[in-house]
Amino acid sequence: MKSYETVIGLEVHVELATKTKIFCGCTTQFGGLPNTHCCPICMGLPGTLPVLNKKVVEFAVATGLATNCKITRHCKFDRKNYFYPDLPKAYQISQLYYPICRDGGIEIETTAGKKVIGIHEIHMEEDAGKLIHDPLENCTLVDYNRCGVPLIEIVSEPDMRSVDEVIAYLEKLRLILQYLGVSDCKMQEGSFRADINLSVRKIGAEEFGTRTEMKNMNSFKAIARAIEAEQKRQIELVCCGGSVVQETRRWDDGRNTSFAMRSKEDAKDYRYFPEPDLAALEISEEWIAEIKAREPELREAKMLRYEKEYKIPEYDAKILTSSKKMADLFEETVEICGRPKEVSNWLMVETMRLLRETGMDAEELLLKPEKLAVLIELIDSGKINRTVAKEVFEKIFREDIDPELYIKEKGLLMVQDDRLLKEAVERVFERNKQSVADFLGGKERVFGFLVGQTMKELKGKADPGKVNALVKEALQNHIR
Amino acid sequence: MDISDKTIDNIAKLAKLFLNEEEKQKAKKDISKILGYIDTMNKLDTSDIEPVSQALLAVNVFREDIVTNGDSRKELLSSAPVKKDGCFIVPKTVQ
Amino acid sequence: MDLTNLAAIELGRWIKKGEVSVREAVAAQLAAIKEKDKIYHCYITVLEEEALVRADEVQEGIRSGKYTSPIAGVPIAVKDNICTRGVRTTCASKILENFVPPYSAAVVEKLWQAGAVLIGKANMDEFAMGSTTETSYFGATKNPWDISRIPGGSSGGAAAAVAAGEAYAAIGSDTGGSVRQPSAHCGVTGIKPTYGVVSRYGLIAYASSLDQIGPIARNVSDCAAVLEVISGNDNRDSTSAPQRQYHYQEAIKNGIKGMKIGIPADYFSDGLDKNVRDSVLFAAQLLREKGAVVEEFKQKTAEYAIPAYYVIACAEASSNLSRYDGVKYGYRAPEKDLGELYKRTRSEGFGEEAKRRIMVGTFVLSSGYYEAYYNKALKVRAVIKKEFENAFSNYDILLGPTAPTTAPKLGESLQDPLKMYLGDIYTVAVNLAGLPAISVPCGLDQNGLPIGMQLIGRPFGESDIIRAAYNFEQAYRFSARYNIQNKKEHIENI
Repeated sequence: MKSYETVIGLEVHVELATKTKIFCGCTTQFGGLPNTHCCPICMGLPGTLPVLNKKVVEFAVATGLATNCKITRHCKFDRKNYFYPDLPKAYQISQLYYPICRDGGIEIETTAGKKVIGIHEIHMEEDAGKLIHDPLENCTLVDYNRCGVPLIEIVSEPDMRSVDEVIAYLEKLRLILQYLGVSDCKMQEGSFRADINLSVRKIGAEEFGTRTEMKNMNSFKAIARAIEAEQKRQIELVCCGGSVVQETRRWDDGRNTSFAMRSKEDAKDYRYFPEPDLAALEISEEWIAEIKAREPELREAKMLRYEKEYKIPEYDAKILTSSKKMADLFEETVEICGRPKEVSNWLMVETMRLLRETGMDAEELLLKPEKLAVLIELIDSGKINRTVAKEVFEKIFREDIDPELYIKEKGLLMVQDDRLLKEAVERVFERNKQSVADFLGGKERVFGFLVGQTMKELKGKADPGKVNALVKEALQNHIR
Repeated sequence: MDISDKTIDNIAKLAKLFLNEEEKQKAKKDISKILGYIDTMNKLDTSDIEPVSQALLAVNVFREDIVTNGDSRKELLSSAPVKKDGCFIVPKTVQ
Repeated sequence: MDLTNLAAIELGRWIKKGEVSVREAVAAQLAAIKEKDKIYHCYITVLEEEALVRADEVQEGIRSGKYTSPIAGVPIAVKDNICTRGVRTTCASKILENFVPPYSAAVVEKLWQAGAVLIGKANMDEFAMGSTTETSYFGATKNPWDISRIPGGSSGGAAAAVAAGEAYAAIGSDTGGSVRQPSAHCGVTGIKPTYGVVSRYGLIAYASSLDQIGPIARNVSDCAAVLEVISGNDNRDSTSAPQRQYHYQEAIKNGIKGMKIGIPADYFSDGLDKNVRDSVLFAAQLLREKGAVVEEFKQKTAEYAIPAYYVIACAEASSNLSRYDGVKYGYRAPEKDLGELYKRTRSEGFGEEAKRRIMVGTFVLSSGYYEAYYNKALKVRAVIKKEFENAFSNYDILLGPTAPTTAPKLGESLQDPLKMYLGDIYTVAVNLAGLPAISVPCGLDQNGLPIGMQLIGRPFGESDIIRAAYNFEQAYRFSARYNIQNKKEHIENI
């Protein structure tokens, strides 16, 4: 097994974060009752015609620029013809001959070091509808809501050799897309889907082996498992004198295995030809410059700025920028409360812990910057202590509640009134006369016990430092 | 250009058409004849010519990214031959 | 007098003056259809009730000043591949037999805004594929000049309706001559505008890069008036030209002194009927007498136009017609297996000619043949376009026959599809190059059948061809010389 190497290229389909579909004014919102986000155009009714959403072109160009691609200045759409119920026109408007971006690449870093993964091309196309199996009547229901949602397909060169490299590439790509704001990249909702082209060959061989295409992985973990399984399957085939068949396979993550998707009878001959219903694209130097100028701050720049502007350590800056959502949350909270270190701590420690515990992705964070800022404010002003703050944080992490109101309702506000605090100390001393006597007799370690009892008396809602001082003061009064 | 049985079968498969033997033979004959005529194009030298796929080239025609359509499911489903639960119905697609 | 003999804008004037009510005009038109359509079968659907309701609405609109166009109140037919909201639109195909679109084509909206009254959906070749109107699932249309003959196609129902007095004007579509050729065969006038002048939104596509909607009417002025109404930019069609409005009626009456007219010599080679040849050359002579400079020139690519046209049209059609699969609308064969559902729906839903073109188109795009056929055709198209550009550096317009013969007998053409395709020899190049062209009647042959002359303009040169056609029409006076009712006399006179 060790004498083989795996060669992997990826085709990543990304649903763009436009408000409307690529060729009509229907919403791209996820969900909705079946066929309620459709119109005669995306349903391909006879006589209807497509008109291109300008934003789609701008998002595609922005992605190309951020991945070091060349932008195709004269670019066109083509039709890809095939019959399937999720494709209402029986052709997909896509790009074959003149994809909008070509010849780019991004640098990834794994434990093995840094490496550039080439990007062969990026093209624009429309998404297909959804098929739902109906076991009751043994038929298939067709929902065209996703039909016509804009996609870009990012096709890498076969430059990856391991699971680590694939995951590093995908993570990097996803971050770029999220930072650009061109996609939310939610794998669960299908807005970020990777197909794996994989082949194996003897180490040192120049020729590529026969490759398979693997579809239907909906998490990075599933991708890793699918790669492991497929390289094993191929190496076993080749080792035993068999050969790999060029085919499309479907990954079944539940069973941790894959199976061939289409029968050979359905020969793939897509009969691509130039789409006659759309105008050609001419992407001028000025337009590219305009898109470039609007490019938001990407991760590397952000990291550097955090270190410089907020004096955040490199390691922390890296974690804070590891998702766009987290970075946005950080900046927006700092904007409100002006406490970068404190905000960073909450995100680095408590947020990361809760994300791990709940198995959530950072992009799914519900936490609102205003809430976190209020929480920090409450600590700073001494209204709650850190123990209480942690409890409140868990609450605002999970639910959209008002932290101040929550604290009031639950009676978590700290006792600030000196008189009340002193009374508590007195009650504790009254109940623990022996301990007080012991302290006065020289047993200094009793001090801690008395402080603890006072905190308990106050149900933890007091500043420990202050309680400390008051106990000390009371003991001194006893000495006198 | 003469069309073979295999080619006709392939075309019919791609175009999702069913042809009985008689139709197949007629299609073979007709299409061969038409393609034979089409082959006269080859007399015209087109080296160095850029193909033209549109009569008069329209360039950069866009729409703005603004939602203009609401829910028109009822209308869209009204002409569906078979429907259920707001969906179009086809014979099962999974194996 | 018979109201239905009036020209379209003439009727429009009468209505505006209050000499005829819209309801009277519509009722007269419906009565004529009732009487004649049994014989000619120009319509797939007649909008009897709708037209009468609309008549009253238009009458009120004219009074209130809402409708001011010259065709306000005029009954107009629309080819049945143009979508009409709430009215079935069949493309003369079984596969769309019951299709009722939830939207109207841009041209239908424009006609509506102009106050026209939609009188019916005209018969055609199935999916506009054919030159005879015999491939219609609903049966053939007959030529009003001789019912044993075809009206031409694919807009045969539209042209025949205008000729027979079953519509004042009609809207057709022209992919390779489908407005001009039936106009020629039926002795009426038809314009195929520059690609992009009329929105294709709502026109059920045959070959998207060639399709263009155009008017058919009894004279040049009517055609110009209708074209003015239906033309102009539409943001729903990406290939629509930017100009918002066109004005054709103003220029129409100017003379043609000094206009340079080129005649492609090879349009007059073998295969051209002698009567047609003589009539067209006579027409050229008339234009010369009106002050035009007419001369012959060589065009080398004529013989390549049909091959290139059929490759491109069939390729696009094979893709455009793939959506008819029995899932979303239209005919569906009862089948339990998806593959069989597709195949049976399409095999039973499409007629023979449509299937033939789908197969040719599928073949020329298929793996291994794309370069030799499809891409070659695109290059030939480039050469043809270039040759027209060169011609228009010397001439304002080009003149030739619309079709090589007059209308053939019913049933003759379909026996040999290739022979039928060759009948498009003079019309298809215009679509490949996206140019405007008009067909005007210029005589009758020995059988008393109309002959059409085609004038071709440079891109957006509609005004030139309309002006030349009008000048010819005034000099030749076809409708005054010949009319369908006294056809026998003409034959004796020829």
